[in-house]
Amino acid sequence: MPVAFDEMNGLDEEVRTAYAVLDDWLKGQSPELLGQRCQEAELLFRRIGITFAVYGEAESTERLIPFDVIPRILSSTEWDFLRRGLEQRVRAINMYLNDIYSQRAILKAGIVPEELVFQNPQFRPEMNGQRVPHNIYVHIAGIDIVRVDEKTFYVLEDNARTPSGVSYMLENREIMLRLFPDLFSRYRVAPVENYPDELLTTLKSVAPTTASADPTVVLLTPGIYNSAYFEHSFLADKLGIELVEGRDLLVKNGVVFMRTTEGPKRVDVIYRRVDDDFLDPLAFRPDTELGVPGLMSAYLGGNVTLANAVGTGVADDKAVYSYMPEIVKFYLSEEPILSNVPTWRCREPEHLSYVLDHLPELVVKIVNGSGGYGMLVGPAASKAEIATFRARLEAHPENYIAQPTLALSTCPTLVEKGIAPRHIDLRPFVLTGRDQIRIVPGGLTRVALQNGSLVVNSSQGGGTKDTWVLDR
Amino acid sequence: MLSRTADNLYWVARYVERAEYLARILEVTMRLTSLPIAYVGSRNEWESAVATAGCSKAFAASFSEANEANVMEFLAFSPQNPSSICNCIELARTNARAVRTAITSEMWDVINGAWLELRRFGNSPGSREEFMRFLRWVQEISLRFDGSAFRTMLRNDMFWFSRLGLNIERADNTARILDKKYHLLLPADAPIGGPLDYYQWAAILRSVSALTSYHWVYREGLKPWLIADLLILNPQMPRSLTSCYDNLVRYCDSIATAYGRQGPAQRQARAIRARLQNSRMEEIFQNGLHEFIEEFIADNNQLGAAVTRQYLM
Repeated sequence: MPVAFDEMNGLDEEVRTAYAVLDDWLKGQSPELLGQRCQEAELLFRRIGITFAVYGEAESTERLIPFDVIPRILSSTEWDFLRRGLEQRVRAINMYLNDIYSQRAILKAGIVPEELVFQNPQFRPEMNGQRVPHNIYVHIAGIDIVRVDEKTFYVLEDNARTPSGVSYMLENREIMLRLFPDLFSRYRVAPVENYPDELLTTLKSVAPTTASADPTVVLLTPGIYNSAYFEHSFLADKLGIELVEGRDLLVKNGVVFMRTTEGPKRVDVIYRRVDDDFLDPLAFRPDTELGVPGLMSAYLGGNVTLANAVGTGVADDKAVYSYMPEIVKFYLSEEPILSNVPTWRCREPEHLSYVLDHLPELVVKIVNGSGGYGMLVGPAASKAEIATFRARLEAHPENYIAQPTLALSTCPTLVEKGIAPRHIDLRPFVLTGRDQIRIVPGGLTRVALQNGSLVVNSSQGGGTKDTWVLDR
Repeated sequence: MLSRTADNLYWVARYVERAEYLARILEVTMRLTSLPIAYVGSRNEWESAVATAGCSKAFAASFSEANEANVMEFLAFSPQNPSSICNCIELARTNARAVRTAITSEMWDVINGAWLELRRFGNSPGSREEFMRFLRWVQEISLRFDGSAFRTMLRNDMFWFSRLGLNIERADNTARILDKKYHLLLPADAPIGGPLDYYQWAAILRSVSALTSYHWVYREGLKPWLIADLLILNPQMPRSLTSCYDNLVRYCDSIATAYGRQGPAQRQARAIRARLQNSRMEEIFQNGLHEFIEEFIADNNQLGAAVTRQYLM
């Protein structure tokens, strides 16, 4: 495996400019002191109540995501590049979704294979020929980005359904400001605290045209047992909007209301953190109690905005992902600014045979899985694991894509034996409103805490770091 | 405010208050059973504890005999008893978590801390000393939760709904604890107002931390009608039925004023308070204390139902 690019030391142990001050500052800190700061951070997190429910662990259903006190730093030049690339990508995703549910020009042009769309479980026929308010499907996107060298950033995944993690971006910064005021005074770190305001502005901007001048926005959560419930209540609180569950809403004459102590109150925009399948038992899964009967009819009647729209999963599926560069070119007639990780589509026979021949060096992913479940990391897998996976791959090649094992960049991280490099990624959040696209400078940096591990998902033992974008 | 939020706030307060009440019943029962039989007469204290907690039926489904071990386990820890102390704390915490941002961090700290600490006590009474410590701890939690709510909540509808829950539960509990005397059978030949009676009434006052208050207010030996007066009619006594209803009328009115309209809940609260204001101790005893209390408990439940229908669903 190639040597990983280090965010602080590059490839040649020479401290990169953005990290010079941090490096200097770190030299003046003893590991004991930093360890103590780490404990203080954990205490603060616990007090605030930031926990994360882990599926399949009965014992500890509420756990803290480990937090690392050493920040990840991006220069303003790096950020400008990422910001332009993110804007372009999200703009293309929205155009693609509008197209898929109306003209289907991209399918007719033969750029994206039809079956990838029509046989995709995330494709929603209910949305065919519908117009969503202001033609925006993805209001909130979380684009996962990795870096492999000084110049190369790859998009690893587009999260266009209900991306989570932004509460950690906000809380990590709050805690860092409390713990290390001195370090902040030596840098000019762009603030992220305006994210809730930007989000609320975005959500209000996409209210149906029939709504009042000051539309009512709510956040729809599956409830307290959902793994991201903390984030839902955190955001509702910061936005100053009601945190509702399905049973708090009702649909009457095609209009959505919430049940309040003063009687029913009209709802105009629903920031929903509930998957499509569970939104409305009359339209989707009939066995769910999380949703609101009749919500889809109110939505299709144009009386309420759902953010994100229904059916966006057909854009962030891992098989569609491999076509993103072509999608960008098709709609915008521009070269994509952000590249994809080179990807083999196992549905194509030549690609499949290459993948089968090179399993031990590849990462193979299921096309519509998330959270790091059901993937094969070739170099880390045993012979038996590879054999099992090969069988699954041969049985259903169309369910998989493969990518080279990337040497993800590393960042200095406080571990038991002091400071050591650990692999990281980055999830910035892109907000698309009626008027403009807004991106708060920063995002969630996830770190794989195990030595050599590439899996950063919090459900798989990953941690987080504060992400600093330097102001010029 | 969302109806569900109001509902959660209302029930957090109720469950915390109920946990405290159960702890008090168990404590006073332990005290009664530690007296020699000549001073208390009967030996059915544990049975009466179950009756006072209002869960005789559920108890009979799990246990055949109302002895110390069974009752302690059932009222304090049993998962089969929906109103056991452990379940109350668990439910209070679940309700609090659902409205995490509507309650203050001080309140959350108390309830979440209690929930975490509950595991340390395990789920059996252990020794009598340990159990007594547990009961004290539960009362402490309730005191801290109530204090945090009182000192840190904004005085708006969130606070009012939480106080409605607290006062409806407290009124119910005071009524039931007073009725405990009815469940403690006096031997047929014991004179009313005799020594046996004395220890039972003293235990009841003690269970609501009112023994000292009694002496301050009446400056007399323990008399049943004065004790009933203290717990039912005396407005100085913070957990008397009258005090609870002064609060309930006030908070119902606050809500009605804020929302610009009133309904059955306001009328029901005022009707019950008027009945209390027009009652005299002599009449209550003439018509039967037990009957009076039973009627009150039913009326109080009706207020709970009215609040639920009007605001919480």
